[in-house]
Amino acid sequence: MSEPILTVDGLSVSFRSPQGVVQAVRGISFTVGREKVGIVGESGSGKSMTGRAILKLTPPSAEVSARVLRFRDIDLAAADERAMRGIRGDRIGMILQDPKFALNPVQTVGRQIAEAFRIHRSASSAEAKERTLAMLEAVKIRNPRRVFDLYPHEVSGGMGQRIMIAMMLIPEPDLLIADEPTSALDVTVRLSVLRILDELVSDRGLGLIFISHDLNLVATFCDRVLIMYAGRIVESLPAVELHRAQHPYTRGLLDSLPRINERRERLPVLTRDPAWLTA
Amino acid sequence: MTAEVRTDRPAHGGLRAWLLAETVTSPAQARAQKLYLGWRRFASNPLALIGLGIVVTLILLAIFAPLVATHDPFAQSLDRRLLPPSGAHWLGTDELGRDIWSRIAYGARITLMIVLLVALIAAPLGLLIGTVAGYLGGWVDVALMRLVDVFLSFPGLILALAFVAALGSGLENAIIAIALTAWPPIARLARAETLTVRRADYIAAVRLAGASDLRIIVRHIMPICIPSVIIRITLNMAGIILTAAGLGFLGLGAQPPSPEWGAMLSTGRAYMLGSWWLAAMPGIAILVVSLGFNLLGDALRDVLDPRAS
Amino acid sequence: MSAPVISVRDLRVSFGRGASLIHAVDGVSFEVAEGEVFGLVGESGCGKSTILRAISGLNTEWTGSATIAGRPVAHRRDPAMARIVQMVFQDPYGSLHPKHTVETALMEPIRIHGLDNGARRIDRVLTEVGLSPAFRYRYPHQLSGGQRQRVAIARALILEPRVLLLDEPTSALDVSVQAEILNLLSDIKRMENLTYVLVSHDFGVIAHMCDRVAVMNHGVMLEELTIEDLMRGRMRHDYTRELYEASAGYSRRLETRADEADAAA
Repeated sequence: MSEPILTVDGLSVSFRSPQGVVQAVRGISFTVGREKVGIVGESGSGKSMTGRAILKLTPPSAEVSARVLRFRDIDLAAADERAMRGIRGDRIGMILQDPKFALNPVQTVGRQIAEAFRIHRSASSAEAKERTLAMLEAVKIRNPRRVFDLYPHEVSGGMGQRIMIAMMLIPEPDLLIADEPTSALDVTVRLSVLRILDELVSDRGLGLIFISHDLNLVATFCDRVLIMYAGRIVESLPAVELHRAQHPYTRGLLDSLPRINERRERLPVLTRDPAWLTA
Repeated sequence: MTAEVRTDRPAHGGLRAWLLAETVTSPAQARAQKLYLGWRRFASNPLALIGLGIVVTLILLAIFAPLVATHDPFAQSLDRRLLPPSGAHWLGTDELGRDIWSRIAYGARITLMIVLLVALIAAPLGLLIGTVAGYLGGWVDVALMRLVDVFLSFPGLILALAFVAALGSGLENAIIAIALTAWPPIARLARAETLTVRRADYIAAVRLAGASDLRIIVRHIMPICIPSVIIRITLNMAGIILTAAGLGFLGLGAQPPSPEWGAMLSTGRAYMLGSWWLAAMPGIAILVVSLGFNLLGDALRDVLDPRAS
Repeated sequence: MSAPVISVRDLRVSFGRGASLIHAVDGVSFEVAEGEVFGLVGESGCGKSTILRAISGLNTEWTGSATIAGRPVAHRRDPAMARIVQMVFQDPYGSLHPKHTVETALMEPIRIHGLDNGARRIDRVLTEVGLSPAFRYRYPHQLSGGQRQRVAIARALILEPRVLLLDEPTSALDVSVQAEILNLLSDIKRMENLTYVLVSHDFGVIAHMCDRVAVMNHGVMLEELTIEDLMRGRMRHDYTRELYEASAGYSRRLETRADEADAAA
């Protein structure tokens, strides 16, 4: 594989609380190239905090440290807030679970996408509008001119998430971080959104970090999967080989999923080994 | 996003351990733990402690007025009138030679009584009307809320004046009048709070258990609204004290010779140029107590309001 | 088969009026036998949860007829129904009163119905849902999602109902916790001889738990399948097949009509 887009080495995120120090992420390392990397784990595993830490969007109470946090030729660990503002949205995009919270409710979606473009590229408003319409078409919106003038509350969940994708991709970033981007969507809509994401990511040669709790989805959508448990990456393997996972935690998660084509009397329950915390 | 919490705290014996124990063995302990954690949060805020200190001082002053007063608050002594603050009269004397410190100490009783009675009338009334309107909805809601609108469309002091005019002047009537102007904001707050929880699943669950509307309102909705009502009424206390003082100032509240702070301020006004302490001392008392309630209310909001944390 | 425990005929629920009138449930009929687990599957807004709210008595604005355990479901509040049918909700964070301890939450139904032996009943249901008595005096914020859902199940059981309505009981939980709760629901059903109606959007959960499943779309029941048929992919409606295939995960080749529907918006 060529030079990775993102290199993370020894990333830790911790919080100070009255009850003591809480370690959300405990020194994880991975790289992302032009590929779809899935991060799976249960709630509290640190997967979302990892995505936020890369963009330095952790809450103020969080302490983030890393030996290496490099995006292309930029040292993110050393970048200040001003530098990060230039990187976020421009070179690294982020898609969150619910587009309703990420879009400004009193501005039409078209204006917001055009704005996202003009913040990072000096362009006339006519050019920005043209690019926006093209981008809306790229996310398979049939009638871009009509959607351009809609307000966020007037679009469905699936359409909203496509608009988010359009907004994030219009400045042509190198890396996209998607945190549970389809968890709020119905299954059939979910697939169409994923298909669009898949196409755009491969066509444009982006790196994608896909954070999800859904093992099945990550296994079928991503190229590579990192499994997180209690702030650590316990296993990392190609997505197609997920069912051959070795780590007892991964195995336990897979086993505990109810299956559509097999009826079991009882679902195996995960027994958590304290050794996983130190492995 | 939650993460596992490491608690490497050494074990403590006694009360502290009981208050922080993982395993709770009685409802009393559960409640005590909740109170203790709330207190720890409250106590970590210095302004909260100042507010609490002021309010506690007011209460102590009221209770122990006979002990802390250096003179009889009603004893006139015309040869000692308008004396400036001194060792004999800490805060000076008024136009009839009465000791101002002693009058303020006894006046604390009046202020405290106003505050307590208004809170005891307005808070339950507002809470009940607000939760009933919010939970039942429909025409009940429309009728009750229009009533609230009518009350809210007059400035509090004007409305209190109108009530006092109708009921006659005097401290009791002033309290009733202030309470009648104090409940509508509480009702509106309680209604808004009720609207956010009435569709909650835990309300649906208790409806499925067969609970009556009254039971749901009293046992399930009111506990949710009570913290914000307490916060609001505490923050409103400053306004209530000022309204009471205003009525006293206008001669419609407590009647002479009762040492009500507003009335003292009012009489002191006539001597302000020559003897500033007549007006300044009760004025400072009103200011400090209002401030104390405001600080306390703000701090309670930080501790009680679940949305803040 | 004995007489059905649940029998619903031509159930209709609509919201709004005039131009914004929505038929959330548009003429649905089904029967559930004693001890059966009946699944309702569909996407959000298809009316599956609305059916539960109607037959549980939470929503009294509906037409048609419904009987549970031989007793007609009334169109007004009916406290006696509480001892026949109970419900478990989706969000374990919203279904417990934040200011009530576990004990208070479990004691409330006992008090409402004036039952005796409150403490014993509470011990019994807590044991049944796998919580130690130490949980009695905990507040919801001191519990994990799985523990909260166990408390919610305990609360549903305390009046010893015959029917449990389960509204996406595990969709807010992690998969490992989901497995524990699903196992618990299976155990309880066997022990108490309960009848379940399980609403879910997850075919895996449906296939694991149910005997029969009805597929809902836009307020109507498209088809009823036995689990045997579902597992073998023997469905009549394209929509059902689409949901079924979508539940297997992402596939680049799969072309669905949902693309069209979503894109047309």
